[in-house]
Amino acid sequence: MEVLTIKQYEKTGILSLKDLTLPNDEQLKKGVAIIECVQEIPCDPCVAVCPVNAISMKDINDIPKIDFNKCTGCKRCVGICPGLAIFVIKIRDDNALVTLPYEFLPIPKVGDNITALDRAGKPRGNAKIVKVNRSNKTTVVTIEIEKDLAMEVRSILLD
Amino acid sequence: MTVDNVPNVRTCITPLEENIRVLEQDRVGELSNKKKFNRKRKKIDVDIVIVGSGPAGMMAAITAAKQGVPSILLVDENHLIGGQLVKQSHKFFGSEEEKAGTRGIDLAVELMEQVNSVKTIQSMLKTTIIGCYNGKKNHKLIAIKRLIEGDQLIEINSKSVIFACGAMENMLAFPGNDLPGVYGAGGVQTLMNVYGVKPGKKVLMVGAGNVGLIVSYQLLQAGVNVDRVVEILPKIGGYNVHAAKLRRCGVPIYTSHSIKEVYGNGKVEGAILVAINNSFKPIPGTEQKVSCDTVCIAVGLTPSIRLLEQIGAKTEFIAEAGGHVAIHDSSMQTSVKGVYVAGDSSGIEEASTAMIEGQLAGISAATLLGYDKQADMLKKKYRKALEGFRSGPFGIKPKICKEKIACCWNGGINY
Repeated sequence: MEVLTIKQYEKTGILSLKDLTLPNDEQLKKGVAIIECVQEIPCDPCVAVCPVNAISMKDINDIPKIDFNKCTGCKRCVGICPGLAIFVIKIRDDNALVTLPYEFLPIPKVGDNITALDRAGKPRGNAKIVKVNRSNKTTVVTIEIEKDLAMEVRSILLD
Repeated sequence: MTVDNVPNVRTCITPLEENIRVLEQDRVGELSNKKKFNRKRKKIDVDIVIVGSGPAGMMAAITAAKQGVPSILLVDENHLIGGQLVKQSHKFFGSEEEKAGTRGIDLAVELMEQVNSVKTIQSMLKTTIIGCYNGKKNHKLIAIKRLIEGDQLIEINSKSVIFACGAMENMLAFPGNDLPGVYGAGGVQTLMNVYGVKPGKKVLMVGAGNVGLIVSYQLLQAGVNVDRVVEILPKIGGYNVHAAKLRRCGVPIYTSHSIKEVYGNGKVEGAILVAINNSFKPIPGTEQKVSCDTVCIAVGLTPSIRLLEQIGAKTEFIAEAGGHVAIHDSSMQTSVKGVYVAGDSSGIEEASTAMIEGQLAGISAATLLGYDKQADMLKKKYRKALEGFRSGPFGIKPKICKEKIACCWNGGINY
């Protein structure tokens, strides 16, 4: 008989890096999307929106797979994902850019100082907003943070 | 509640008017003689009547109209067309074809416009069906339309009926569950997203299924503090992506926890939570107090089937459906010829599948009346889409539900 085990994220709602498919350093320098969608749910808009066909699924319930070599980091998937589960990470020489979906008011502005939050909502220092786009009422925000936090920070709190 | 001396009024769907008198009602209501009811029946004859204008009902109407059915009546007790869709401010999951990535409210507006632009569909809002009968030639539905000058009694004679009545929220039994401030999640959504009213300042959410998770997030978006989400099961039932959204906003989710009681003087002032063991029993000594002014219950739904039962459709209890449901075939027809069911009334599922079931029911009802434009091909397409939605791990419950319904249809429960 199959043993029923409950995964840690099913208890907490928080994914760990072990649960995710991650790009290599080279790909991170280029800037790529990281899809934090690990369950087979019937949903596929990210596949259709990708202009370079970097995201693929066998059927509607499949977990989206991303080809980091094809991905250009264009951020379209960040705005379309109904689960707000896609982020674009770009590692630069002295800092990192994290692009995340944001659905709260007021709409953040470029230059705003924010508190960066991790997957558990814990404050991880201050950051600055460097880019803001709107896509179907989802605000796509890019923040500039320390390199070490690029894989941790997934939300923002406006000061 | 009693409104202007009329008992048994659902105040949640009754608009406020000047000098309106709303009173609590704690006993069986008695009709006052003063209220003028227009007891003269207004008679309406239609080809298809659809009860409920949610995603299933709207799609059924649009689809039947496309098949060429000349007169379709869409009835809803609310003052807005769209059912639960109008409250959904989040983007929908699903496939491109089923409008994935579109917000429920935007989808509602889109479908509303389609319904309103089709001349063969007439929609009748603020109208409650109070009885339905299966006649020899026609099905007869008795309705009450709420009008400013008094209620109008209406008799609808229809060749075919599609019930897309949705579902009702489940409640939990615990001391204090009748205190003002204890809400169903759907009620909270109506207050916030339809009426623009914050339900409270600090909310305790009970239930970590998709509804509990989504409504918690919507509360945060409305500027309401969500203290935590508690879930009696050892794991989160909703999608991880919804849970992750809440967690990164700092809202904790307590699995294997439940609500023991709510306390407060005349209103909710707080709740007592308790940890739950593997046998679903509370663990003594683990009680903790949470101060809050709102408790929101999101512990599942029960299909609304009372009208289906009244018209004589065969029903069965199917746990995976959320309760009793009308047994139906793969064209959504019930055991009564010409009576169809679609959406949550045929088993609790998602808006996306409700829309497809509505399309199936609409096509089937049209075919029965002799309107057929590639009906078989379309039915195949819709059935395939449903199969797709029900093939993943989150589709297991509806899949089993529909398999059991098929078993019942084929002669009884043998599973």
